Amino acid sequence: MSARDVHGPAPPWSEGFRVVGRAQRKIDGLAKATGAALYTDDLVLPGMLHAKILRSTQAHARIRAIDAAAALALPGVHAVVTGRDMPVKYGVIPWTPDENALALDKVRFVGDEVAAVAAVDEDTANAALKLIRVDYEPLRAFLDPEEALATPEPQIHEQTPEQKAKEPRGNVSKHVRLEFGEVDAALAGSDVAVEGDYEFHGTTHTPIEPHCALAQYGADGVLTVWSSTQITHYVQKALARVLGLPEARVRVIQPCLGGAFGGKSDPFALEFVVAKLAMLTGRPVKCLWTREEVFYAHRGRHPMKLRYRTAAKRDGTLTAVDARILIDGGSYSSFGLVTTYYSGQLLTGPYHFPTYRFDSTRVFTNKPPCGPKRGHGSVQPRFAFEVQLDELAEKLGLDPLELRRRNFQGEHVKTVNGQRVTSNGFLQCLEAVERASRWKERRGRLGRGRGLGLAGSMYISGTNYPVYPNPMPQAGVQLKLDRSGLVTVFTGGNDIGQGSNTIARTIVAEELGLDPADVRVVAADTDLCPVDLGAYSSRVTFMVGNALIDACRKARAKLVTALAENWKVAPERIAFALGRATDRADPARSLDMRAVLQLAEARFDTLGETGAYNTPQLGGDYRGGTIGASPAYSFTAHVVEVTVDEETGRITVENCWIAHDCGRALNPMLVAGQIEGSAYMGIAEALLEDHGVNRFGLHRGPSLLDYRIPTSLDTPELHALIVESLDPEGPYGAKEAGEGPLHPSIPAISNAVHDAVGVRLRRLPFTPARVLAELRAARAEPRGARAAVLSAGGGEAC
Amino acid sequence: MLRLPAFELREPRSLAEAVALLSEHGESAQLLAGGTDLVPNMKHELFTPKVVIALAGVPELHGVRVEPDGTLVLGALTTLDALAADARVRARAPALAQAASLVAGPQLRRMGTLGGNVMLDTRCQWYNQTYFWRSALGFCLKKDGTVCHVVAGGANCVAAASNDTAPALMSLDARLVLHGPAGRQELPIEELYTADGIHNKRVRGAILAEVRVPPVPEGHRGAYGKLRERGSIDFPLLGIAARLDLSPAGEVRAAALCAVALQARPLRLRKAVQPLLGQRTGTPGLAAAIDAAAELAHKQCHPLDNVPGEAEYRREMVPVYVRRTLRAALDGSGPVHHV
Repeated sequence: MSARDVHGPAPPWSEGFRVVGRAQRKIDGLAKATGAALYTDDLVLPGMLHAKILRSTQAHARIRAIDAAAALALPGVHAVVTGRDMPVKYGVIPWTPDENALALDKVRFVGDEVAAVAAVDEDTANAALKLIRVDYEPLRAFLDPEEALATPEPQIHEQTPEQKAKEPRGNVSKHVRLEFGEVDAALAGSDVAVEGDYEFHGTTHTPIEPHCALAQYGADGVLTVWSSTQITHYVQKALARVLGLPEARVRVIQPCLGGAFGGKSDPFALEFVVAKLAMLTGRPVKCLWTREEVFYAHRGRHPMKLRYRTAAKRDGTLTAVDARILIDGGSYSSFGLVTTYYSGQLLTGPYHFPTYRFDSTRVFTNKPPCGPKRGHGSVQPRFAFEVQLDELAEKLGLDPLELRRRNFQGEHVKTVNGQRVTSNGFLQCLEAVERASRWKERRGRLGRGRGLGLAGSMYISGTNYPVYPNPMPQAGVQLKLDRSGLVTVFTGGNDIGQGSNTIARTIVAEELGLDPADVRVVAADTDLCPVDLGAYSSRVTFMVGNALIDACRKARAKLVTALAENWKVAPERIAFALGRATDRADPARSLDMRAVLQLAEARFDTLGETGAYNTPQLGGDYRGGTIGASPAYSFTAHVVEVTVDEETGRITVENCWIAHDCGRALNPMLVAGQIEGSAYMGIAEALLEDHGVNRFGLHRGPSLLDYRIPTSLDTPELHALIVESLDPEGPYGAKEAGEGPLHPSIPAISNAVHDAVGVRLRRLPFTPARVLAELRAARAEPRGARAAVLSAGGGEAC
Repeated sequence: MLRLPAFELREPRSLAEAVALLSEHGESAQLLAGGTDLVPNMKHELFTPKVVIALAGVPELHGVRVEPDGTLVLGALTTLDALAADARVRARAPALAQAASLVAGPQLRRMGTLGGNVMLDTRCQWYNQTYFWRSALGFCLKKDGTVCHVVAGGANCVAAASNDTAPALMSLDARLVLHGPAGRQELPIEELYTADGIHNKRVRGAILAEVRVPPVPEGHRGAYGKLRERGSIDFPLLGIAARLDLSPAGEVRAAALCAVALQARPLRLRKAVQPLLGQRTGTPGLAAAIDAAAELAHKQCHPLDNVPGEAEYRREMVPVYVRRTLRAALDGSGPVHHV
């Protein structure tokens, strides 16, 4: 089947790449920079109403009654909806539909959506919200995952009595325990083992564009929703399900999008709300969230408490890894089923694990729901494990880099949990950061207060498991070629700033020998574009890229045939590049590609092709074995250089060298951008960001003032080093670059701090206060002994 | 985004007109200088004035000048950006220029004014939040509620003075000129602030027109140190202004240390400066005196969990920042800031 064709990393023509591998400007870069790009909130329709959402002031409560009479009576208000108007539950993972567009009978966190108003403007809608009376019956709220785990009642998500009798689950969202090989025996037979507890806090995505949705319900019964989503296809399905419409009557369009990072990969309340209100009022309805609401929508990084045991032989060869993880899921499932698997399944590279066990439990708590954030599910375990590897290296008296090198799993291997690893450039990544950071000369020799730290990681390039099982392609594309010389690509893929539309243009221009300016991309419109599952799991370039090559090869064959017939030469003599066709045997003979398209349109009639990609069968033969199974894995190594101010406890990252194996850099400028952006985000999570609630269950500071992401002044020098391993299955050998390079930033900082001042940071974030506490503990001093230390060195003359 | 509540905008063209408007509308009016603090606070419904009196068009509030005796006169509408860059301010009041250079971020400093910073509302993690957030909390003592969430059972609001320029001006013995219905009034900046976090200014219903910084001696040294999470934007978790007036022989003739972001009132640390007096630069005695001053400051400063940073850590940083800021004043290397 063509969908599973492997095209190979090299071009089938002899001249080599002309577009791929070169820096290409982003397709929408100028429009964004000049303000011409249209984001969802820029769209205005005649007669449009504005919606606002009433949110719960309670962390956990039953709703006794909602009285919206006064709100409805306010002049300018057109409609009010509550949970009763949309009682069908949904969830991005079909096995765990536990969300309602608006709360049906209870609220589960401060900020949960309760009711919505459509009015002539936002001020009227806000005024109406203040007139809605909600009668709550408060329930015990769980803010601590340990407490939620230990306390089965009240259940945040109530089971029916029958369900409870069959399988009572208390407040557990998902439990996964998997063991590969005999872990206990391996532990017992090891020369050395380290054991420790680690803690990862919550962080969120902070895309610069807040979520926004606009709906129009046409007289023809077609619902159109423009939404700042990264999963148009799943939103279409969810809207159809909740609103009781056939999927074919729901059109979802993603306009230009201002960042997502996983925070726009669930269906959200505002999409259902604007749709329902548009259907009720007959008017277009828009809803734009405030920054505060984006923090409540969250779906960010899960807080985790992780316990690891890692054992090895005396020479450093790993023998066993054993993990026990408690995952704080917040109030809904979201992608939580996958998160729970990912917390264990994605650790089995780039090192060879002979035996491995993980036991992960996700619990519900009364906090904003967690979900997928860049590096979904695996950033937290990677932090713990890579710090523990350094602890192991210390115990063995080995250079941490050498320990990692010795345990490299190799290329084209199967992991202990049954994942197929193809290309693997991790050793080249290690070499690259070793050289760039001058690791050998400088580690351990920078003097007190300065240090170098290392960490490695791997990540997926899409998974072979679509969120709803089906035998259809995971990525489909369509091409339109016509006599004007223009080729238009139609793809369901969501460009969320990562540049997938630019990559689509690059691939088509390469394959068909066009000037990239003569390729246009229509994306993420469910009426116009073939299905693609969306921008998550780092899958778009890999899967849509392969589908595009598939479509282009068919189109190319027609263009070659038409020209070869016209020139009366063998098809092998035809070459296409950058807008011109030439005769390889007679390079003076050439033709504009526009003329070639016309020849082909005359020869074959109207031109168009489809292309598709589906992953091969992958994964271990056990329940959950396909979750985390990817057609190709990316690999990363970081070296971070820090300085630690021992008086203030402040860590400054001076340099971060990031070597990332992306298979092939289809556009090195975009790859470098993803590498830098990932490292930036990782460093932010390590040092500044902290997404949590206070003792009342209120978000600690739902604003960009109080939720601190680094400014340019807080951002270190980021050195992106691209490693190309040329994967056999990726488009021209490409793998992912948008999520993997985040992982090692965090443990590398902890490891660098150890090199600098000799303390191990096992708990995030690495705040100055925590660093001081660790330094104090290392000196085994009581808390009051501060003054003596701080005065050290104060005797010098001023 | 958050909506700005509706209000009537008035734009007086003279100080007299502005004073008349303020007395006409009283508590239902708010003065707008740069707006960098007032506008977000209005969006959070901390202030819902019926009338906003924009001062930008009042000529008397603009300008920087030096009087013949060396007094520096700073119009209340001088932007923080202009203040930080002004050569006269940098020479005569280095701590003030440095403090101004560290307020918020570059964009806000181009709008925000000295007067606005002096008159800044106190801040607290339970207060500087949206209406929705505060309603979910059940409000607090400072606004719409009856309970303090910082101090259990506390009867007084302990929201923190968060204006970087206040301690610098205090260290310079600056005087404020205010205009109200009763006419012109001049008072030392220290007398402006009270310990009441709800409204920490003693003067109400008057307009701050100018800030007067008395002349400093030849050997004046000053610096400002600011603790905050990021290299920009953030309000202080702790601010320390240091002043050392040296004799030609390098002897400390006068000294001042003032701190902000602890409680409702910026604090003058009188005891802490005592060991510094009479010490001479370049001697171990001064180095030891700086350490002693840091320890005395530590004893006197008790940050609360009012602003977001951890109180215990902020307290721990008091001696560190006192020491570093004093040293920076001596060697002219201020401001003390982590980037």
